[in-house]
Amino acid sequence: MSVLVYTESEQGAFKKAAFEVASYAKAVANQLGTSVTAVAINTEDTSTLGHYGVDKILNINNDALQGFNAKIYASVLAQAAQNEEAKVIIVSSSANSKYVAPLLAASLQAGYASNVVKTPSNVSPFTVKRSAFTNKAFENIQINTEVKIVGVSNNAFGIVENPSNATSENFTPSIPESSTKVESVDKAVGKVTIADAEIVVSGGRGLKGPENWGMIEELADVLGAATACSKPVSDLGWRPHGEHVGQTGKPVASNLYIAIGISGAIQHLAGVNASKVKVVINTDPEAPFFKAADYGVVGDAFQVVPELIEKLKAFKAQ
Amino acid sequence: MKILVCISHVPDTTSKINFTEDKTTFDTNGVQFVINPNDEFGLTRAMWFKEKQGAHITVVNVGGPETEPTLRKALAIGADEAIRINTVATDGFSVAKQLAEVVTNGAYNLIIAGRESIDYNGGMVPGILAGLTSSNFVNNCMGLEIDGHSATVIREIDGGKETVSTSLPLVIGGQKGLVEESDLRIPNMRGIMMARKKPLNVVEPVASETKTSSLSFEKPAPKGAVTLVSPDNLDELINLLHNEAKVI
Ligand SMILES: Cc1cc2nc3c(=O)[nH]c(=O)nc-3n(C[C@H](O)[C@H](O)[C@H](O)COP(=O)(O)OP(=O)(O)OC[C@H]3O[C@@H](n4cnc5c(N)ncnc54)[C@H](O)[C@@H]3O)c2cc1C
Ligand SMILES: Nc1ncnc2c1ncn2[C@@H]1O[C@H](COP(=O)(O)O)[C@@H](O)[C@H]1O
Repeated sequence: MSVLVYTESEQGAFKKAAFEVASYAKAVANQLGTSVTAVAINTEDTSTLGHYGVDKILNINNDALQGFNAKIYASVLAQAAQNEEAKVIIVSSSANSKYVAPLLAASLQAGYASNVVKTPSNVSPFTVKRSAFTNKAFENIQINTEVKIVGVSNNAFGIVENPSNATSENFTPSIPESSTKVESVDKAVGKVTIADAEIVVSGGRGLKGPENWGMIEELADVLGAATACSKPVSDLGWRPHGEHVGQTGKPVASNLYIAIGISGAIQHLAGVNASKVKVVINTDPEAPFFKAADYGVVGDAFQVVPELIEKLKAFKAQ
Repeated sequence: MKILVCISHVPDTTSKINFTEDKTTFDTNGVQFVINPNDEFGLTRAMWFKEKQGAHITVVNVGGPETEPTLRKALAIGADEAIRINTVATDGFSVAKQLAEVVTNGAYNLIIAGRESIDYNGGMVPGILAGLTSSNFVNNCMGLEIDGHSATVIREIDGGKETVSTSLPLVIGGQKGLVEESDLRIPNMRGIMMARKKPLNVVEPVASETKTSSLSFEKPAPKGAVTLVSPDNLDELINLLHNEAKVI
């Protein structure tokens, strides 16, 4: 009755979130006095999981699982859970995990808590803290079912090294039919995504127009960051919708969030507040973002950002 | 086509979030409620199907009588009828169970829900509903076309989007992109008058159990004051981010 964790990969390599959920699973397993079993689908080298406390790896290699299909993946995870008699299943907060988890919950009749920010405060009854009201509050909830699913919020727990002797075995689940098929994927290659990013550089209407985003992208490049924007910026078509962050856009829970020319409206802040450190660059000292930020520069982005890029380059070169 | 649009009744995005004295329930005092933004995109897309392809739209909410103004607003925007399942929405599983009953009884083949509600951010009702009704399911839906029994969906993924083909019966978890912000409709006087005459059926819940229970709420710790750095001293900002915050 181990803790089962779904360790996601992309093109054969684990995603960063996989190591975070593995670390979290290890902490839960310690609380329960049990071991961690990871499910790895079409991953080339699974041995790295041994750095994060995984005891056993169920290796699944199957061409039918190339490309993510939520229904099929939910069935595979359910079979793995049954095989291991797992009572707790851990997933991440990636778009794919949030897609698969409710289907898994329905098939296992399991209680599911999403956006969980901490290890359980109690394992019997099983109680976790999750963020709610778009980060304006936390909710303590109890999962009452025998099988429990926990979705861990990005960057909430972090990656914790915990060397273990992970054994690996092949697992061959049956693959159900699905009439849902991915026809094409449109994804920028080599770009850090907002979901995975440790640092996010975000621009608002204060940047005046799409032609001024060169410096935002350059700043992001120097920092290895993802780029984001406020809602009006995407509504105006200056930036793609996928970059819109906030209450009605993507949530951001990075280690560092840099807001440039963003006023800090309540709907914007709600979506980015879970970031650990926030920096604001704005000409208006009265901009509400200064109340939510850790560090602030009252200044013109068109002067501050290029200078910051130069100084960061010098700093990185040291 | 029979479309069911699931409507979550949520505090307006500008609401201050407070809890009752014992911290066990959300304090609705002075809070204005609206249609969950993700559901508003879905409802507007449903209206497009109704006008361009012919469809009957039912909106549904699992909640007490206090959610009726929100359902009336959906009727004023153009839905044909509303159903309120008369029970307090507790956990996502039990809400999905109630909705599944409506889907089965009404033989709806397109169920439009939102990616998540902006209050509890569960992000689970549409997926569980799809699971319980053995429907196809596409989450993070930012584009939807229906042709007979086939559907083409644009799904947002981390870092991009993908095009998915699937078939009815289908549940979607919708979001912005289903329609543009500028396509959202504000009910006009005529719509509001007509909404008064449209049916709003109250049905009693089926028996269901909750899988999770909410125990208490907390507010984030108050934030310390911002540290201001002069624009002439950006080295100091780098120093603080490196040595104090340790994020670069
Ligand atoms: C239902 C609803 C949902 C919403 N959801 C979201 C959401 O999810 N995300 C979101 O972002 N918004 C959301 N909004 C919109 C939100 O209310 C604000 O309108 C929006 O966040 C403002 O964007 P902004 O800060 O880029 O623009 P503005 O408010 O116009 O602010 C621009 C800022 O740039 C500063 N500035 C100007 N020139 C410069 C310069 N040269 N250098 C530096 N700074 C400069 C200004 O001082 C100002 O503070 C929502 C609104 C509603 C009603
Ligand atoms: N009480 C409810 N009544 C009707 N639909 C709901 C209710 N709660 C959630 N939904 C639907 O499910 C979506 C996701 O909600 P949630 O899983 O609560 O984040 C919402 O956008 C609605 O479409």
